[in-house]
Amino acid sequence: MKALLSRIVLCVTVVLLLPATSHAHLMTTGLGPFYDGVSHFALTPEDLLPALALALLAGQRGSRAGRLALFALPMAWLLGGLVGLAFPAISDAPALTAVSFLALGGLVAAEARLRPEWVTGLAVAFGLVHGYLNGSAMSQAKLGALGLVGIVSTLFVTFALAAAMVVAIRVPWGRIAVRVAGSWIAAVGLLLLGWSLRGA
Amino acid sequence: MTIAAGRHSLHPRTILTLAATLWPALAWAHTEEGRAAGFLAGLHHPISGLDHVLAMVSVGMWGAQLGAPAVWLLPVTFPMVMAFGGMLGLMGVPLPGVEVGIALSGILLGLAVLSEWRPPLWSAAVIVGFFAIFHGHAHGTELPVGASGLLYSIGFVMATGTLHAIGIGIGVIHRWGWGRVALRAAGALVASAGAYFLWRAFA
Repeated sequence: MKALLSRIVLCVTVVLLLPATSHAHLMTTGLGPFYDGVSHFALTPEDLLPALALALLAGQRGSRAGRLALFALPMAWLLGGLVGLAFPAISDAPALTAVSFLALGGLVAAEARLRPEWVTGLAVAFGLVHGYLNGSAMSQAKLGALGLVGIVSTLFVTFALAAAMVVAIRVPWGRIAVRVAGSWIAAVGLLLLGWSLRGA
Repeated sequence: MTIAAGRHSLHPRTILTLAATLWPALAWAHTEEGRAAGFLAGLHHPISGLDHVLAMVSVGMWGAQLGAPAVWLLPVTFPMVMAFGGMLGLMGVPLPGVEVGIALSGILLGLAVLSEWRPPLWSAAVIVGFFAIFHGHAHGTELPVGASGLLYSIGFVMATGTLHAIGIGIGVIHRWGWGRVALRAAGALVASAGAYFLWRAFA
């Protein structure tokens, strides 16, 4: 009886101490794939900052551009994400991310006078690329489409709040602050490009 | 079969159990280690050298003296051009006389604040942009190994922008007579510090 007990204790100890293989990639909240997607977008500056830059740009160009991009961006992101889930190939492209930072931040800093259709086109292109990268990463992490829905929902809310805030700005210094924010995002993009070209 | 060692013996099952317990399995988790360190390192780097701090604050003070639109054009221009210099530094593109350039930026920007120099707007932007390349290059070549590139960059740009904002905040005193004198005195101080850094660069 004593021998059996010590064997059981030994087996339990082995099971408790055996380190298991972990394949986690994205943020895991413990609340399920939807909230994993929510936290992933909120805590990933690679996605969050260029999306914010696009929201600032759309807001600078007025409410029509903001409304068009508000629906075009999440739809494109979702489409790109579904393609990424089905055909995962690349989940990380630092140079491409850097170009997103640089281009969108530069346009905000310059307060580029783009037509709403152009802003929408940018939103679709950006959404497809970043959505695909997200979808590929989520496929590897086995988060599935629900995680993607979490990302797109957070993107929609973030974009709506940021773009609406810029549209509502009336004081001149407020518009300058938006341009400064754009220049900061573009500057980060330049540095990120240097990092990716350096191969760090 | 047992492996004897004096009075003690190790049974093969015990050895197998120990091996199974202690064998490290493959862990592919992305633990995000170093990301916070990267952000904090980036935030700290621009304020770690007095030569950088004085130049950044001077850009803001000079912008405040010049008034609109320079007051916002210079802080918009500087981070982007400085990041370009940082990119060159990261890529290993050599830039001669970086320390001399940084010291000269302190002298020139300090003198500009001291004399309330009012060049054409494009000229002020070119001067600030030219020196920004030296500052950025120095930061780019001094990056810590293993830091998260993106978060380091975010911290770095935020700290630089905040130093400009502090300079602009100080420059607000320009609207009062005593403030103008104080601002010019601050310019003299920055120019003197720049001269010291230049002497040290050649020493």
